[in-house]
Amino acid sequence: MTDESTLVPALTGALAAGVATPETAEIVFDIRNLSVLYGTFLAVRDVTLPVHRNEITALIGPSGCGKTTVLRCLNRMNDLVPTARVEGEILYHGVDLYGKDVDPVEVRRRIGMVFQKPNPFPKSIYDNIAFGPKIAGFKGDMDAVVEGSLRRAALWDEVKDKLKGSATALSGGQQQRLCIARAIAVQPDVILMDEPCSSLDPIATARIEGLMRELVADYTIVIVTHNMQQAARVSTRTGFFTVDVSEDGHRTGTLVEYDKTEVVFTRPSDPRTEDYVTGRFG
Amino acid sequence: MAVTTTDVVRRNLRRQGTDWGGLLFEGALLFALLVSLGFLIILVGQILVQGLALLAERGTSFLTSQSSSLPGRAGVSQALVGSLMLMLFVVATAFPLGIAAAVYLEEYAADTRFNRFITVNVRNLAGVPSIVYGLLGLAIYVKAMSGFTGGASVISGGLTLAILVLPIVVITASEALRAVPQGIREAGYGVGATKWEVVRSHVLPAAAPGILTGTVLSLARAFGETAPLILVGAVTGVFFTGSGSLVEKFQGAYTSLPTIVYTWSKLPQAEFQKLTAAAIVVLLVMLLTVNGAAIWLRNRYERKW
Amino acid sequence: MTQVPTGTHLERPGASLAPGLSAVLLGDPRRRRREKLIAAAFRAAAAFSILVGVLIVVSLLGEAVSFLRSIPLRSLWTDGWFPRRGMFDVKTILFGTLIVSVIAMVIAAPLGIGAAVFLSEYASSRFRRTVKPILETLAAIPSVVMGFFALTWISPSIVEKLMGGNSIFSMMAAGIGVGILVTPLVASIAEDAMHAVPQSLREASYGLAARRRTTSVRIVMPAAVSGIVASLIVGLSRAVGETMVVAIAAGASGGSLFTVDPFGPGQTMTGAMAALATGSDQVTGNSAAFQSLFFVGLLLFGMTLVLNLISERFVRRMRAKY
Repeated sequence: MTDESTLVPALTGALAAGVATPETAEIVFDIRNLSVLYGTFLAVRDVTLPVHRNEITALIGPSGCGKTTVLRCLNRMNDLVPTARVEGEILYHGVDLYGKDVDPVEVRRRIGMVFQKPNPFPKSIYDNIAFGPKIAGFKGDMDAVVEGSLRRAALWDEVKDKLKGSATALSGGQQQRLCIARAIAVQPDVILMDEPCSSLDPIATARIEGLMRELVADYTIVIVTHNMQQAARVSTRTGFFTVDVSEDGHRTGTLVEYDKTEVVFTRPSDPRTEDYVTGRFG
Repeated sequence: MAVTTTDVVRRNLRRQGTDWGGLLFEGALLFALLVSLGFLIILVGQILVQGLALLAERGTSFLTSQSSSLPGRAGVSQALVGSLMLMLFVVATAFPLGIAAAVYLEEYAADTRFNRFITVNVRNLAGVPSIVYGLLGLAIYVKAMSGFTGGASVISGGLTLAILVLPIVVITASEALRAVPQGIREAGYGVGATKWEVVRSHVLPAAAPGILTGTVLSLARAFGETAPLILVGAVTGVFFTGSGSLVEKFQGAYTSLPTIVYTWSKLPQAEFQKLTAAAIVVLLVMLLTVNGAAIWLRNRYERKW
Repeated sequence: MTQVPTGTHLERPGASLAPGLSAVLLGDPRRRRREKLIAAAFRAAAAFSILVGVLIVVSLLGEAVSFLRSIPLRSLWTDGWFPRRGMFDVKTILFGTLIVSVIAMVIAAPLGIGAAVFLSEYASSRFRRTVKPILETLAAIPSVVMGFFALTWISPSIVEKLMGGNSIFSMMAAGIGVGILVTPLVASIAEDAMHAVPQSLREASYGLAARRRTTSVRIVMPAAVSGIVASLIVGLSRAVGETMVVAIAAGASGGSLFTVDPFGPGQTMTGAMAALATGSDQVTGNSAAFQSLFFVGLLLFGMTLVLNLISERFVRRMRAKY
C-alpha cells in the first residue's frame, strides 16, 4: 500500500517540489472522507489522513474543530453517544473499523485511550492496572503484568511499595501515568491520547512527553493537543484542523493540512496553518 | 505486539458470538423494573374494578352518607369532613412553623454546632415512624392538653399530623431556599436592605414555587396517614355526627378517609370490601388531585421567574 | 451567608469615624430592633424541632419506665404477646417485625437495586424521564391502600395460590406488601447514587474494552456503594416502622403466640401498637396494657433511630466522594 494515493492534495505540491519523500511505513489507520454527525449537527467534515505505524501523529487546532471527535472515532468511543453517526471510512490495517461484523469491544482491546483528565478507578493501583487484563480473561501472572505496565509507564519505582494503596491518592501526573500503564496492560496496538497533559503541570507534562517518545517504539500513538509546542516536540506527523463557519452559523471542523511535523511548522502550505502555528490566532 | 495483516485483524475484530450473559443481565434488570411497575398496575386495576362498580351503583350518595354498619347506607361524608379539617390544622400550624424554621436555618443561622445539631435532628425526625408521632400526640394532646383539645378530637389529630409533617416541610423548604442563587440576595443587600427585607422581598418570592410544591406534597403525605390518627383516637367504629356547635364538632368524635378505609377493610362482610375499594378510589383521586395541584403550581409560578 | 452590616461592628472600640457619620451608619434603631425580633422568632421556630425530639423521648421514656415498674418482669418472656391478659412477650413482636422486614427487604432489595441499575446504566434518558415519576407514584401510595391490596390480592393470589399458604392473614402477605412499598424508596436512592458516578469512569472502563454489564457491576456499583447501602438501610427503617399494612394483612389483632411461621398470622411491634389502640377497652387510664404501648414505641423509636443514624453516615460518605 503506497502513500501517494492517500496524501491530501495540499501535499502533492510539496511532493512535486521534491521536498517531501514518500514514506513506506505501514499505515495503521487509513482515514478516508470521515465525517461525524451528532444528530443533525455536523461536527467534522471530510477528513482524510493516514496514521503510520510506530509514529506519534498529532492533531492540533483551536477548540471545537473536531480533533477529539476524530480521535474518538478511532476506537469507536463515539458509539457511546446515542446520536452519533459516522460517514466515510476508517480502515484499520485494511479492515473497515465500522464494518457490520466488527465488535467495538474487540476494537477497544487493540486501540487504547488515555483521557484529558486522569480518571483512575476508585480502587487500588494494582486493581486499576489488573482490570483490563482480568476482564479480557487473562489467567497468567497478573503481578508480572502489573509490574511490567508500571515500569513501561515510568511509574513503578514511585508506587512499587503501595500497590494496594488507593489510586486516587496519587498526584495528577502520577495518575495520568497510571492511566497510561492501565492502557498498556491490555497490550494494545495503538494508544490514543486526548490532550493527556492539559491538566498537568509542566514538569509532569515533560515526563509524559518523554514517556511517549519511549513508548512509540512499540505502539502507534495518536495525540490530540491544544499545545502546538508539544506537537512540535513529540510528533512525527501533524494534522491541523480548523473551524469552518457556514453562512447560517453552523460550525464544522475540517482538516486543513496534514504533513510531517517539521513541514507543518516551518513550511506550511495553507495560510490558515501558518497563522495558527505562528500564533497569529488560536 | 499484535501481528497485523488485514485478514488476521479482520478475524480478530469479529464478534465472538452473542453476549448471552450481557443480554440476560439486562433482561433481569428490566424484569425487576417491570415487576415493580406491574404491582402498581395490578393494585390500581384491582381497586378500580371493585371500587368503580360500587361508585357507579351508589353515585354521590356514597360521598354524602355517614358511616353505618349497614353496607347499603354507608358513606364517607364524615371521613371527608374529618380529613379536610385535619388538613386545615396541618396547613395552619406546620407550614408557617416549618417554613420559618427553614428560613432560619438557611438565611440566618451561622454554621455553629448548635445549628448543625438542629439540621441533623430534623433529618432524624423525618425518619421516625409515623406511629411514634401518634404516641407523642396521645401523650401530649390527648392526655396532657385534653382541656384545650377535648381529648381524642380533630384538634389532637390535626396537631399530631402537623408535628409529623413538620420535618418534611423544613427539609423541602430548606432545599427550595438553598436553590435560590446567591446573586439575588447580594443584589438586595447591595441596595442597603436588611436581612429580613432581603428575605421577604427577594428570597422568599424566588423560592416560593419550590416551597409551595414541597408543602403541598407533605400535605398529600399527611392526607394518607392512618397509624398516628388511630392512636390519638380517630374513631374506627361507627358513629353518628349530628348537628352541634362548632366547638363540639372540633372536640368531638371524628374520622378520616384513610381511617375509614382501615375500618371497613377489617369488616368481614363482602359488601364492605367493595366499599373499602370505593373509599380507596376517592382517596386516590384526592391524592392525585393534590399532587397534580403541586405540579401545576410549580409549573405556573416557575414561568414568572 | 453574607452578613448584613447592621452597624454592630462599628461599635467596637477604635472605630475612627466621625461621630456624626457613625450615627448615620448605625441606622434607625427601630429597624434594627425589628430585625432582631424577627431573627429571634425564626430561631425559635427552628429550635421547636429540638423540642419535638425531646418530647418524644421524654413521653416515651416516662410511660415506658412506669410500665416496666408495674409489671412482673417475667411477663416479658412468656408464650406470646397478649397485652390484655398481662402477657408481654417482647420476642414475639420483635420476631414479627424481623420476619416482616426481612421478607420486605428480600423483595425490595433486588427489585429496587435492579430497577435502579437499569434506569441508571441501560435506559435512555427519555425512558428514565417517563418511568422515574411512575416509580415515585408507587412510593406515594398510602399504606392503608397497600394493606387492603395485601389482604385482597397478594394473600389469595400469591401467598395462597403460588406459595401454598393456607391462612388469609399472614406475615408473608404483609411482608410482600411492605416490600412493594419500600422498593421505590430503595430504587430512588440507589439510582441517584449510581447516576452521580462521573461519566469519565465509565469511559475509562469502556476504553479498556469492557462491556456494559462489566462496567455497571465492576465500576459503577462499587463506586456508588455508599449510596446503595444507604438506600437499603433507609428501606429497612421504613419497613420496620410500617404499620397499616401489617395491621390489615397480618391478622393477630387480639394478640399473638410466639411464632416464626411467616405463612401464619403474626404481630409486629407496630401492629401491636395499632391493635392496642383499637381494641374494645381502648386507650384509657393507666392500665399496663395501655402503658405497654409506650414501651413498644420506645423500642421502635430506638431501632429506627439507630438505623437512621447509620444511613446518615453512608449518605454523607456518598456526598463526600463527588
